[in-house]
Amino acid sequence: MPIDDNKKTPGTAKKINYIREKMPVQDPSKRKNNFEEVALGYNEETAKKEASRCIQCKTAPCKNGCPVEIDIPAFIKLVAEGKYDESIKKIKEKNNLPAICGRVCPQETQCESLCTLGKKGEPIAIGRLERFAADYEAANVPSNETKISPSTPAPKVAVIGSGPAGLTCAADLKRMGYNVKIFESLHASGGVLRYGIPEFRLPKSILDREVKYINTLGVEIEYNMIIGRVATIKELMQEYKAVFIGSGAGLPYFLNIPGENLNGVYSANEFLTRVNLMKAYKFPQFDTPAAMGKRVGVVGGGNVAMDSARVALRLGAEEVYIIYRRSEEELPARKEEVEHAHEEGIKFKLLTNPIKIIGDSEGNIKEIECQQMELGEPDASGRKRPVVIKDSEFTIPMDTVIIAIGQGPNPLIPQTTSELSIGKHGNIVTNEKTGETSIPGVFAGGDVATGAATVIKAMGAGKIAAKSIDKYLH
Amino acid sequence: MYKILRKEILSANIKLMEIFAPKVAQKAAPGQFIILRIDEQGERIPLTIADFNAEKGTITMIFQEVGKTTSQLGTMKVGDSIRDFLGPLGIPMHIKNYGRVVCVGGGVGVAPLYPQARALKQAGNEIISIIGARSKSILFWEDEIHKVSDKSYITTDDGSYGHHGFVSDILKRLLEEKERIDRIIAIGPIPMMRVLCELTKPYNVPTFVSLNSIMVDGTGMCGCCRVTIGDEVKFTCVDGPDFDGHKVNFKELNARMKRFVPEEKEAMELFRKRSSCICQ
Repeated sequence: MPIDDNKKTPGTAKKINYIREKMPVQDPSKRKNNFEEVALGYNEETAKKEASRCIQCKTAPCKNGCPVEIDIPAFIKLVAEGKYDESIKKIKEKNNLPAICGRVCPQETQCESLCTLGKKGEPIAIGRLERFAADYEAANVPSNETKISPSTPAPKVAVIGSGPAGLTCAADLKRMGYNVKIFESLHASGGVLRYGIPEFRLPKSILDREVKYINTLGVEIEYNMIIGRVATIKELMQEYKAVFIGSGAGLPYFLNIPGENLNGVYSANEFLTRVNLMKAYKFPQFDTPAAMGKRVGVVGGGNVAMDSARVALRLGAEEVYIIYRRSEEELPARKEEVEHAHEEGIKFKLLTNPIKIIGDSEGNIKEIECQQMELGEPDASGRKRPVVIKDSEFTIPMDTVIIAIGQGPNPLIPQTTSELSIGKHGNIVTNEKTGETSIPGVFAGGDVATGAATVIKAMGAGKIAAKSIDKYLH
Repeated sequence: MYKILRKEILSANIKLMEIFAPKVAQKAAPGQFIILRIDEQGERIPLTIADFNAEKGTITMIFQEVGKTTSQLGTMKVGDSIRDFLGPLGIPMHIKNYGRVVCVGGGVGVAPLYPQARALKQAGNEIISIIGARSKSILFWEDEIHKVSDKSYITTDDGSYGHHGFVSDILKRLLEEKERIDRIIAIGPIPMMRVLCELTKPYNVPTFVSLNSIMVDGTGMCGCCRVTIGDEVKFTCVDGPDFDGHKVNFKELNARMKRFVPEEKEAMELFRKRSSCICQ
C-alpha cells in the first residue's frame, strides 16, 4: 500500500482549503436498480486530503457536537498523517460502531455543524473520515482485539435489545469488566440497523463486522428472547445485578384515515423489515415477499420515508412519490438522502396531505385522496404550520402506500413491567442524565425512552447508562 | 436451534410436532403462539401453541400444510432442528370460572382450543365442546377434547362421522334450546368464526375468537397483523390473538389474509419443483 512519506505536519502555515473532498457515489441510473451501497467512500488519497484541511483549531467545537464524545481533531490528524490504524483506535476509544456512524449519523447537524471551517466554507467531512478509518481497518488490519474474558466475580448485567443503544451500552460495560449478556427478540442483531436501514445505505456486512467486534470483546447475544414474555424484567433482576432496556421504537404509527387497512398499505416498519431483515428483495430465493405495485406513494418526509421510497424503486416500482404535508425546506430527512432520492427519480408531492385511501371491491388500494396545503404561522416545533387549502381535494392513482410518519416505543416491556413509570407517549420515563428508570437497577435509553430519534443519540444514551450502571454497582 | 422431538402425521396434510424449547415451554400459557423460521432463507410464521410441557421443555404445534413454509416444515423429521423459535407470544387467555363454556373448534383450530378448554375445565367451568372437520379422516384429538369436556359433539361437513353438517348447527341448537351459556370460545377458519359470531350476537353470549393474522416479527413492530376491533385498530401479535368476536371486522381480516396470494403461489410452485427434483 502506498504510504505518503511527506512528513509535513498538516495545518502549519498552510493556506486554508474551504472546499471538501467529494464523496464518490454509484451512478443514480445504475444504483436505482440495485441494492449495493450508494456512497462509495474515500480512498487513502482523498481521505488524507480531506483530513489535511482540518486546521486543528484549539477550541475544537466539533467535539461538543458528538453524542459519544469522540476526540475528533485527534483522529483526523492521524488520518492526515497516514496513521490510519491509530486513527481508528482513537475513534474506538469512544465509539464501538464507527463504520455505522460514519455512514448514518446526521453529522451535518452535529459535529460538522460546529466545525470552525464551516463559518467561511465547507466543514470538514468528519463522518466520511470516520467511515474511511473504519473501512480501512476492516480491509487492512487483522483483528487482534483480544477477547476480554469475563473476570470471574464480575457482576452480571443484562441488556435488552441489540440495537445501537444496547450494543453501545453492552460494549462499554464489558470494557469496564462486567459480565454482559444481550437479549434480542429477533433472530439477528442490530435492531433498526438491521431491519430499518436498507442495504444500499448500510450494508449488512458492515453491521455484521461491527457486531462481531463487540462479540470479540466478550459480549454474548442470545437471540429469540422476547423479554416481557419469556422472562420479565423482575425475573432478570434475580440473576442480573442491573438491566439496561434498549428495546427501541418498534411500534409504527398510522394516519388513522379511512382505508388504511386496505391491501397494499404497509407501515414503513413492515415494508423495510420484510426487505432488510427478511431479504424480500431476494424473493423467492428467500421466502418472505414484499408485494409491490407499479405506483407507490410514501407518506412522510423523514429518513425512513426516503429509505422506503428508494427501496420501492429498487424493487421495480415505476413511479414513486413522497407525499409530505409541508414543503421541501421542512423535510426532516437528511439533505443528502433527499438529494439521493431526487437523483434517483423519486417524485415529491409536497404540501400534500392524505385524507383517505380508496380501494376496490377486493380490498386492494386503487387511489389516495389528498388535499393541498399551504404554510401558515410557525407551530410549537418552530416549523411553519401546514394549513388546508379549501376545496383542494384531489386523488392520485396508487397500487401501494407506505406509511412512514414515525414510530413509538415498543409496548411489550412497559405492558409487562407494572413498576416501570411510563410517559404519555408510551415511553419509559428516565433521568436523561443517568438513564435511571423508576426501578432501582433498571436503566433505559434510546428510542424506547425518547421516541424515534437517531442512531447516534441512542448510542449516546447507551454510553450514559453504562456509566450510571457502573456507578450503581459500586 | 430447536430440535424436533416428536412428529405425528394426523392426516394427509395435518401434522403434529413437539419442539424442544425449554424457555418457551416454561412460560407458555393457553391462548399464546410462537413464531418460527425454519432456516436462513425462511420466513417467520406464527403458529398457535397446541400444548406445552414445562418439565420436558417442549412446545407442541399442530399445523396444516397450506403454503411453502408449512409444507417444508411438514417434510422435517424427528431429530431435525428449526433455526429460530420465538415465544411465547400474545396475551394469554383470561382463565376464570365463567360457569358453562362452549368451546368450538374447526379444522386445525382444534389444536389451540385444546389447552384453552383444559385450563377452563381446571378452573371449574362446565365445558361443552363442539369440534368439526371436513371429513372424518382429517379429524384429530377427539379423545383429548373429550377428556377435558363434560359433553362433546363432533361434526363433519360430509357426514362421514358425527353430526352431518357444521359446528354452527350444534351451537345454534344449543342456543335455541335456551341452554344457559356463559361464554363461547371459537377457533377455526375465518368463515367459521364469522358465522359463529353472527349466530351468537343476538343471544348476547360473549364469544371469543383467536386470530391467526399474517405476521413478520410478532412483537408489535411491523403492524402487518393489524385488525379492526370495533372502531379501533389492534395488532394481533401484541393486543391478541384473542379478541371479542362480536367486534372483529372479519371481512377486512379475510381480505388481509390474501395480501400475498400470488407470491405464496410462486413460492409454493418453486418448492414443489425443488422437492420433486430431490426425490428423483
